[in-house]
Amino acid sequence: MAEFAGGTDAALAATPKRLSTAYQNWYRFSRNPTAVIGAAIVILCILIAIFAPYITPYPKDVGAVVNFRARHLPPSAMHWFGTDDVGRDILTRIAFGYRVSLLLVAVVLGTAVPFGSILGMLAGYFGGWVEIVIMRLTDIALAIPPLVMALAVAAVLNPSLVNSMLAVAILWWTWHTRLVYSITRQIRTQEFIEAAETLGASKFHIIFREILPNCVSAIAVKTSLDAGFVILVGASLSFLGLGIQPPTPDLGTMVSGGAGFLPDKWWESVLPGCAILFVALGFNLLGDGLRDLYDVQDVR
Amino acid sequence: MSDALLSVRNLSVDFETYGQVNHVLNGASLDVPERRHIALVGESGSGKTVTMKAIMGLLRHPPATITGGEIVFDGHDLLKATAAERDRLRGTAMSMVFQDPMTSLNPVFTIADQMGTILKYADRRLGRVRNRRERLARVHEVLAQVRMRDPERIARAYPIMLSGGMRQRVLIAMALLSEPRLLIADEPGTALDVTTQAQILKLLKDLVEERGLALLMITHNLGVVRETSSYVYVMHHGRIVEEAETSALFAAPKQAYTKNLIASVPRLTGGTDFLALGQSDPEAEAEAEATT
Amino acid sequence: MEFLLFLIRRVLWSILVLVGLSIVIFVIARVVPGDPARMALGPRATPEMVADLQHKLGLDRPIIEQYGLFIAGLAHGDLGRSLLSERQVTADIRDSFAATFELVLATILLAEIFGVPLGVLASRWKDRWPDNLVRVIAILSAVTPTFFLALLLQILAGYVLHWLPTTGRLSHDIGFTPDITGLAVVDSLLRGRPDVTLDALRHLLLPATALGAATMGQMARLTRTSMLEVMNQDYIEAARAFGVPEWLRVLKYTLRPSFVPPLTILGLEFASMIGNAFVVELIFSWPGMAAYGIRTILQKDLNAVMGVVMVSGVFFVVVNLIIDVLVGFVDPRIRIRGAR
Repeated sequence: MAEFAGGTDAALAATPKRLSTAYQNWYRFSRNPTAVIGAAIVILCILIAIFAPYITPYPKDVGAVVNFRARHLPPSAMHWFGTDDVGRDILTRIAFGYRVSLLLVAVVLGTAVPFGSILGMLAGYFGGWVEIVIMRLTDIALAIPPLVMALAVAAVLNPSLVNSMLAVAILWWTWHTRLVYSITRQIRTQEFIEAAETLGASKFHIIFREILPNCVSAIAVKTSLDAGFVILVGASLSFLGLGIQPPTPDLGTMVSGGAGFLPDKWWESVLPGCAILFVALGFNLLGDGLRDLYDVQDVR
Repeated sequence: MSDALLSVRNLSVDFETYGQVNHVLNGASLDVPERRHIALVGESGSGKTVTMKAIMGLLRHPPATITGGEIVFDGHDLLKATAAERDRLRGTAMSMVFQDPMTSLNPVFTIADQMGTILKYADRRLGRVRNRRERLARVHEVLAQVRMRDPERIARAYPIMLSGGMRQRVLIAMALLSEPRLLIADEPGTALDVTTQAQILKLLKDLVEERGLALLMITHNLGVVRETSSYVYVMHHGRIVEEAETSALFAAPKQAYTKNLIASVPRLTGGTDFLALGQSDPEAEAEAEATT
Repeated sequence: MEFLLFLIRRVLWSILVLVGLSIVIFVIARVVPGDPARMALGPRATPEMVADLQHKLGLDRPIIEQYGLFIAGLAHGDLGRSLLSERQVTADIRDSFAATFELVLATILLAEIFGVPLGVLASRWKDRWPDNLVRVIAILSAVTPTFFLALLLQILAGYVLHWLPTTGRLSHDIGFTPDITGLAVVDSLLRGRPDVTLDALRHLLLPATALGAATMGQMARLTRTSMLEVMNQDYIEAARAFGVPEWLRVLKYTLRPSFVPPLTILGLEFASMIGNAFVVELIFSWPGMAAYGIRTILQKDLNAVMGVVMVSGVFFVVVNLIIDVLVGFVDPRIRIRGAR
């Protein structure tokens, strides 16, 4: 085996010595520019949101402040992003606006992902009635546009941040259920599941210790991509006036508020819009990078 | 056999993957005359598939590079021929039967559509003109040649509607569309159950006899070789280590590798010695121990 | 024959989903808020007025009966009376639905017509500049909020490119009402008014672009991924071995199987598209369901709101049904095995 042996031995010698999975994953992750940029953006936005009161120049502008002398000021050294129609610093408000957006992401995905994933695994593993009921419910929920649902909820209850989050979360779990369901179905037929069953493993064990780890990478990718979409949906809702109520800063509301002054006072609308784009981009790139890393093909 | 239809001489091929260069073929030579059923045998990784692809001109330049030798078909050195010339031969004078019937047919088109398209372009390369009806007739004709009972129905079907054995026949039929003189069969029937495989092999054998085809069969299965081929080339690490008439090879293998290869085939009769290549014989050892 | 069975199965399924949808909507509208009549009349309503409206709406009957009436009404296309305008909700919605429908249709066409070829190009020239360019376009279009893009396009049209209108569906002075199919583009051709067709198309361009950008990007990426996957399949290699020319391999043999994932995702995407359509309609003053929907929501006109949600849901289900049928048509494995 002379030629081949030389080839493979040399190749083996060239790989890093520490081959633990975590190290391997980090190695590949850091080599992937999309993933790294995405992660950097997301971390940046999170930091901005957390430390907003400390790093922004005009933290008081998030309240019900009116500063008529400083109205409609274009971007300058004093106000990097300019001021809005009541004189509030836009940069500050954007930073605080990130708080709302990220909170929305955390709440919606924090409930939707676990709930949806568990339902998906149950449906995929047990089959039968469980599967039918869960998947039909999912189909029904998928048929309702999230925005329309939020509108309906807003009509029934009152427009507020909490209600918007509720409306979005009510429908969001469905995507994760579908995803986890299809993965579970694929895995279920594989032999290691049969093996575990034969050995007498409890259903709980099989679902959470055998099936779940196989879903984690797909769930991670989808969650990251979803974060971007949740932000966009949230922004759309507040653009329509259904989100958090003024004067608390919210990116979508800022865009709609500033829209009336386009194109002269463009910074009032465009900059918050770019801020939304920025954070959504971060999550999107991160999700893409994770997808490349895990080589998961069936996550959209 | 210098009057062979296909003559491969000293073929060497390198593969480059991840910066490493592997000498996959090292001066392999073989001949395939007309009306003969020739087998190329070897383990996985011995280079048989690469040989086949080299002959058919299917090697992709990176990562594969042909570093030496010649492939002479009907008097022309294929390696010195132009791409156009090779294209004209491929699918017409020399044709290939693919290994896996499950994945070698496009699932969203009918058999008639796929075979018709192949025929259309083969005709173009040969300068022949057929209209759609004539093409369909030829498709039916060839499907009948591979012993399909209802060629029209098969032609209208989608691959998913056919069994593995039927799909393999379709693959053979595809190869026969333009009346090739050389047929290369890549592990025919390995993806099928034993009984179906036997039918496929018989079909191939009959085709050689009835149509005077030159058939090069690539396989790792010695049992198949013994049953069907008349001449065998044994390949190991990219070179031919032994070649002989089938009966001669099995009766008196000369090389140690060949002997091991033959000995490692499970036998259905006789003793229960179990010997794998490069491994020890546990039963014999146990026996030896017991008797001491 | 198997196609027919497939079709029947899908239709039954859709009906089931619609029934479920109606229950959900009914629950939301009737059960949750407690007292729709009081809500509609506002805080200054006297108990008699409330009771009167309750009786008129049948709210004093048992829930099951109410649901029964609701379903019966639906079957006849009757969505009840608007609590405020006293008109039939159906009539109100019908006028606006056609406009929304036209917009959404144009958007889907645009997304597919541009998205798929871009995806094919990206897969053909993988990792080279066309691929990277498509990737950048796709990502940017996915992360840009639809309303933001709509605003930007509006500015572009209004202040830079003066030949594209910024609002509305047809110019004010054009004097045309689509009365055959409800689609301005189609009806104007049918009535022999190509000037109207042109006008309608000009009005459609910006809103459809704003609405469809994200979907177009997704289609491109999905097509690219599918094409790459299919390209690696044995049967493509086999086609190459048999001498099928490259252009045919790419455009026919690789593209057909690749069509399925983008198409399926389009169906799911559609829900978001309807939602975003509302926003786009508002920005471009498009006379669709959005304006009607927002108004009735602010006025808490529950019958109307239910109607809007129901129509959206039905729209979604029907579109998905059509897509499933198309997918079954393209890929025989699905219609034979019923796989999804």
